[in-house]
Amino acid sequence: MFALSYEAIDANKWVAKLGPGLDSGALVCFEGRVRNHHQGKAVRSLDYEAHEALALDEGERIVKEAQQRFPVQAACVHRLGSLELGEVAVWVGVAGSHRDEAFSACRWIIDEIKARVPIWKREYYEQGEAVWQHP
Amino acid sequence: MTTKHRHQARTRKIKVQIRYFAELKQQAGVDQESQQCEQPLTAVELYAQLRERHGFRFGAQMLRVAINGAFAEWGTTLNDGDEVAFLPPFSGG
Repeated sequence: MFALSYEAIDANKWVAKLGPGLDSGALVCFEGRVRNHHQGKAVRSLDYEAHEALALDEGERIVKEAQQRFPVQAACVHRLGSLELGEVAVWVGVAGSHRDEAFSACRWIIDEIKARVPIWKREYYEQGEAVWQHP
Repeated sequence: MTTKHRHQARTRKIKVQIRYFAELKQQAGVDQESQQCEQPLTAVELYAQLRERHGFRFGAQMLRVAINGAFAEWGTTLNDGDEVAFLPPFSGG
């Protein structure tokens, strides 16, 4: 389950969608949040944009791959549009029988999302300029 | 028929829709444009033309390309009506 959202991410709603069963002894959630600094510059806000059709396909592939690699159920949602400091930019939730596979799968998913999904961040700095990030 | 005429008979005009994102969109000043091209033309050849026109700082080796909504190889030959998206390095998460 992978989604893109122009609305604030409601983590409780996503945990409910993930629906960890009574066989799930572990639920690991990761929130990537908008930080107020980047490489020494004070950040004021962010924009995210995506190639939406491709991002949805690739994000779904990553979640499905995670569920094949690890014995877990997983979900991920990424924000698009304008975000304020402290807002959740990306949420990953993983439910599994045990914590080891849940932690490992959660870490694997966020790393793959960052590497493979066509989403871009523009940072707005306190000094006024705005720069697309292309690491 | 001269060599030149034979060449013209073999080439075919196609029209492709180009999509830009992030810094490429900012530098191009548009998020999409359509372009008439002569076949055969590969994605990497199209990008080289557009890079020269818009002054993109990225070489093709820094980018990914998607054709009709799916990741594609740079050597793919373009067809009439294709949507070609140039994807600068990702920064989600």
